[in-house]
Amino acid sequence: MTIDHEMLTGFSKSFGLFYLIAMSIGVLVYTYWPSNRKPFEHAAKAVVSDEEDRPCL
Amino acid sequence: MISQLTGNERVLAAFTFLILVCVGVAMAAAGRDDLIGTHGWVIAVSAIAGAVALLRSYDAPEPSATRLSEYYDDPSKVGIILTLIWGVIGMLVGVWVAALLAWPELTIDAAWASFGRLRPIHTSGVIFGFGGNALIATSFHVLQRTTRARLPDQFSPWFVLLGYNLFCVLAASGYLMGITQSKEYAEPEWYADIWLVVVWVVYFSIYLRTLLRRKEPHIYVANWYYMAFILVVALLHIINNLAVPISFGHAKSYSLFSGVQDAMTQWWYGHNAVAFFLTAGFLGMMYYYLPKRAGRPIYSYRTSIISFWGITFMYMWAGSHHLHYTALPHWVQSLGMAFSVVLLVPSWASAGNALLTLNGAWHKVRDDAVLRFMMLAAIFYGLATFEGSFMAIRAVNSLSHYTDWTIGHVHAGALGWVAMITYGSLYALTPWLWKRPALYSAKLVEWHFWLALSGTIVYVFAMWNSGVIQGLMWRTYNDSGTLSYSFVDSLVAMQPYYIARAFGGLLFLSGAVIALYNIVMTIRLPVPVSSDSASDIPLGLQPAAPVALAGE
Repeated sequence: MTIDHEMLTGFSKSFGLFYLIAMSIGVLVYTYWPSNRKPFEHAAKAVVSDEEDRPCL
Repeated sequence: MISQLTGNERVLAAFTFLILVCVGVAMAAAGRDDLIGTHGWVIAVSAIAGAVALLRSYDAPEPSATRLSEYYDDPSKVGIILTLIWGVIGMLVGVWVAALLAWPELTIDAAWASFGRLRPIHTSGVIFGFGGNALIATSFHVLQRTTRARLPDQFSPWFVLLGYNLFCVLAASGYLMGITQSKEYAEPEWYADIWLVVVWVVYFSIYLRTLLRRKEPHIYVANWYYMAFILVVALLHIINNLAVPISFGHAKSYSLFSGVQDAMTQWWYGHNAVAFFLTAGFLGMMYYYLPKRAGRPIYSYRTSIISFWGITFMYMWAGSHHLHYTALPHWVQSLGMAFSVVLLVPSWASAGNALLTLNGAWHKVRDDAVLRFMMLAAIFYGLATFEGSFMAIRAVNSLSHYTDWTIGHVHAGALGWVAMITYGSLYALTPWLWKRPALYSAKLVEWHFWLALSGTIVYVFAMWNSGVIQGLMWRTYNDSGTLSYSFVDSLVAMQPYYIARAFGGLLFLSGAVIALYNIVMTIRLPVPVSSDSASDIPLGLQPAAPVALAGE
């Protein structure tokens, strides 16, 4: 297989499309996965809490 | 600084300086007939100065183990000062070159004072000197707080901060001497580029080593943005700067790429420098300091994750919109255009998320100029990303490209977004880090806020007008089918806007000077005797128990 313009455009138009769609689905699944809700809420609240004043040892 | 290093770290520092002196002297010797020789001396003298400072305190007692129960903030403190100083330098040169455009006869008869050499000092000074130092200083702070782990050691953060500033000095002094590889925002030559790679690898390793020791199981979203900034900038920097020097004794190098491939690589780099240096990194800053200052968690954490992945993956493809109507294949231009338009979604998700976080705390925005800086940054971020998506459309670009509209767009982002979020974050961070009850003067922050806002508006409106007029004059034909206006006609039409632009820049620069003064005075305030204010967090949120002073 020669690497030429046609081959590269074909590759980007097919593989590029599908991997971006797959990645978007992956991100959405991760973001809305029910068991992830708690760590997310904890992380968001931890920033404004006063507990992070000192490193954990 | 030296007394905080452990014995092993002092040895490591000594070896680092030794290697740098050797490399510097070798460059000075090999490049004695070339400009690189001067840079060899710059490197050698900086390393000798560092070695002298090291030796003078080499026998100081080792730091006590109690340091491990505190965060390591000294590199962030020095980084904040360097940020403000680079900001004043970069913006001062910006006003200078803006004045040269308005009154070209103001120049002096010296090669170094020409527009072509001064302009990259402005761009690199504000992007890398001001922006880069702000990102390094705040990333160390955010990383430690959100992981609840101290930085892994005391040497590497100093190596990153001071090494990065050596790169900035090599870049700026090189431009004055005429050293450039003529790639926008990537002007420094091969040896400075290699040095930046070394610094950057250590920077990323600090992030990884701290994250490995984190006490919070989930990595807060601000760190994702900071890491995307570090990782992608490394990728862009290495690929765009692949070049072969004439010899080890010459500053000049030849790029691996040529023709349209070179243009595409450069603008893939150039646009992602905007995306990952000026956007992702500063979004990391926003996602930490804005909720922290407002005392409210981010409105939607999930949206922040979705917009993170949207921004990281879509920005990568947008660079070709800089090359509409060029030899670049049409489909690559369309690809860049499509991704630029879709980018509006994650960009507005971030801007909206920030503003919705403030919803319900508008009284704080009204009373607190520091929070107002951050709110304004989010608004300008939304405006500039909308404008960017719009300008990336080929038909719009045919009017806007090569005109001052582009300059106006860049400054809406750079002044309105990057500088506002930086000043807001630094104003918030300074009293926390130095354990001061408040800033030296809240009134000066108000002055800075209004100077910055009016400066940005004057600048951006001047450039919009100028750019659209320029674009229209260049495409107006008369009845016989030839251009109605000569290029010089369009230059004459620009002059009032160039004067307005220089004035807007001057307003913004005065704000930057006020910020430097205010923060230096805050640091010089006496440390309060009562330990009430000696906390890391805003006054309104303080714990009941008094907190001991940091041991420095």
